[in-house]
Amino acid sequence: MTEKEELELFASGHRACAGCGEGTAVRQILKVAGPNTIATICTGCLEVVSTGYPETAWEIPLIHAAFENSAAVAAGVEVALKELGRKEGVNVIAFGGDGGTFDIGFQALSGMLERGHDITYICIDNEAYMNTGIQRCSSTPYGASTTTSPTGKYSIGESRPKKPIAAICAAHGIPYTATANIAYINDLKKKVKKALETEGPAFLHVFAPCPTGWRHGSDDTIEIARLAVETGVFVLYEIIDGDICNLNVTVKPKKRKPVEDYLKRQRRFGHLTKEDIAKIQQEVDEKCDRYGLPKRE
Amino acid sequence: MGEQISMTVKGNMATALGAKLCRPNVVPAYPITPSTLFPEKMSEFIADGELDASMINVESEHSAMSACIGASATGARVVTASASQGVALMHEMLFIAAGMRLPIVMAVGNRALSAPINIWCDHQDTIASRDSGCLQFYAENNQEGLDLMINAFRIGEDHRVLLPVMVGIDAFVLTHTMEAVKVPAQEDVDDFLPPYKPKYGILDHREPATFGSFAPPEYYQEFKYEQTKAMEKSSEVIDEVFADYAERFGREYCKVSTFQCEDADIILLTMGSMSGTAREAIRKMRGDGKKVGLAKLTVYRPFPEAELREILSKAKAVAVVERNISPGSTGAIYAELAGAFINQKKKPLLKNFITGLGGRDILVETFREIYEKTLEVVKAGEVKEPMEWVAMNEEVMR
Amino acid sequence: MTVKITLGAINKEHGSSRKYKTGGWRTVCPVVDLEKCISCYRCYDYCPDAAIKKIENGIEYDLDYCKGCGICSKECPVKAIVMVKEEK
Repeated sequence: MTEKEELELFASGHRACAGCGEGTAVRQILKVAGPNTIATICTGCLEVVSTGYPETAWEIPLIHAAFENSAAVAAGVEVALKELGRKEGVNVIAFGGDGGTFDIGFQALSGMLERGHDITYICIDNEAYMNTGIQRCSSTPYGASTTTSPTGKYSIGESRPKKPIAAICAAHGIPYTATANIAYINDLKKKVKKALETEGPAFLHVFAPCPTGWRHGSDDTIEIARLAVETGVFVLYEIIDGDICNLNVTVKPKKRKPVEDYLKRQRRFGHLTKEDIAKIQQEVDEKCDRYGLPKRE
Repeated sequence: MGEQISMTVKGNMATALGAKLCRPNVVPAYPITPSTLFPEKMSEFIADGELDASMINVESEHSAMSACIGASATGARVVTASASQGVALMHEMLFIAAGMRLPIVMAVGNRALSAPINIWCDHQDTIASRDSGCLQFYAENNQEGLDLMINAFRIGEDHRVLLPVMVGIDAFVLTHTMEAVKVPAQEDVDDFLPPYKPKYGILDHREPATFGSFAPPEYYQEFKYEQTKAMEKSSEVIDEVFADYAERFGREYCKVSTFQCEDADIILLTMGSMSGTAREAIRKMRGDGKKVGLAKLTVYRPFPEAELREILSKAKAVAVVERNISPGSTGAIYAELAGAFINQKKKPLLKNFITGLGGRDILVETFREIYEKTLEVVKAGEVKEPMEWVAMNEEVMR
Repeated sequence: MTVKITLGAINKEHGSSRKYKTGGWRTVCPVVDLEKCISCYRCYDYCPDAAIKKIENGIEYDLDYCKGCGICSKECPVKAIVMVKEEK
């Protein structure tokens, strides 16, 4: 543990819910990035819990402008730093939630990646619009009940699969893309380091459960994040130079647990029938086969 | 003082030349008719080494203003350009740029808003963003476009102001029309406009600060009050800067400038390129013995209430000629002007004329018609119909 | 706490969220048995609130900020941390 890593650059006193996965994610990411970092954030939970005037949880320079433009604001920051001769040794990180990344901020993100800015974009994914009260977005997985994709007599909950954001970003041909998960801190930190050391754009998709929106105990956050990997629901990998066909899986469970172990821990999936779960299991199995993950237990 | 070089250029080139002389560091921009030539020219200046800056060829106007905000907060001098739907798309970010007190300058090719889509001139695009907190200047010709860009940086960056500034030039009538302009020497602009010095912090890891905080009810109103006070304060800063510019470069600007107003019974209030036509119409009408004058708005935000009262209160009636309409109400300037006079004892009759929308030509004849209609109001001593549309194409009406 | 506003809501009081003690949210409180603690610092890593400090041969809580989420207790590989009902 280096001295830099002892610094808490995302300070205590932030108003995130007890057991918030995003808190762990940002705290650990900034430990790797260190104080020579400028960050941009989207409107959303992260902004609301950390920037309430006259306080701020940020120990590094931070700018929040709107919901859909973390990547575009970061582009302005990065180009200005270069133009003013201050970019050397300074990281630029653009944070976005899943709504701000998959949905409303997708255009700005795509533009930033395509233009080749030296920016690490980090999406902290909790699979719905949590700040406005758990509405579905294109990151919400099949079967999840949210306030705008409620389960009901004629509804299974969310009816569409999760958008494969990391692959879409990698398809821009950017030098570094990775998925990460707050249960796997060392893997996450390694990827943050690689992303920041990469010259040009990097995209990190960080899986971070939300006890409030997923309706699980505040103490279950890490365990559920881990189960997502152990069941193959969320696969941890890296893609270099946009070569989607040669992705490198960084964490391979020795034996895959059934998806039910993951789903049953969260009340957002509590309504799913055996048949629903079997369908999800089949899709996860097919995906894991493609990624070369081990067979299910 | 260096020599001012004469050039014959389109309006977009004039604003680009003005911007270049201000040595911006970052130019985030997105092409849109009729302002596209601005980012093209800025790109050329950079490509040819005439300007030491970076373009950001963003994927939308929303991202253009977002990148402007990021760059300006980092301490850069920033300029962009847009028009019409582009201004509408960045609407959200204009309020944020102003609220964060970032002196971004934007050249606008004033163009109609859809639907129906139309690429020609009116002022609806910037008028629709009048409440954003940006200063708004409107040019009558290309020379004004060039000069106002230079003034915009100095005024916006003044520590008493620190707000974004828009400089409007009329679509096609100016953006695409060649006119002779005088271009100030670089060293003289350098003297007039010192490098941008942010007043209170930038994004710098050596002095970490949070920009774009979440302000709860006990603070929000005070931030808006302070921002509004800065806009009000900009009124005197504009006077100071315009006076300094006139002294250095020999061209005078006023928030409201006048022509033949001293003894005028009727004053035409105009904005943008129509003012030149209005002046020509007034010359002709004066030849016919009509006591008519012109007041031209160069600065629409801050709204120059006091100046307008001073100039217009002597007239019997004022014809407010506008290239914008707020459906369900009137033109924006008319409503605000009425507000400026509401508590005054001495006030002229006010009549609003909506015309020139979506590139409809405003001719000398249009102003004659406006004058005659206003004269009827003077004779009647009252305004029965506050707003009228003129230069309608009766053939296509149903 | 009320402060005078700053230009454009730019906040230079970095890390000032620490003035707000989230410990008041807690309904259950972590208690560590340092005899059992193996100093693996998993609890420290996972804590969303930076409410755990490393000390020689173990950890200590900053109860000003601990929200009582219980992640530390759940993730402790040697069950050295228990959550007890908060005494108010």
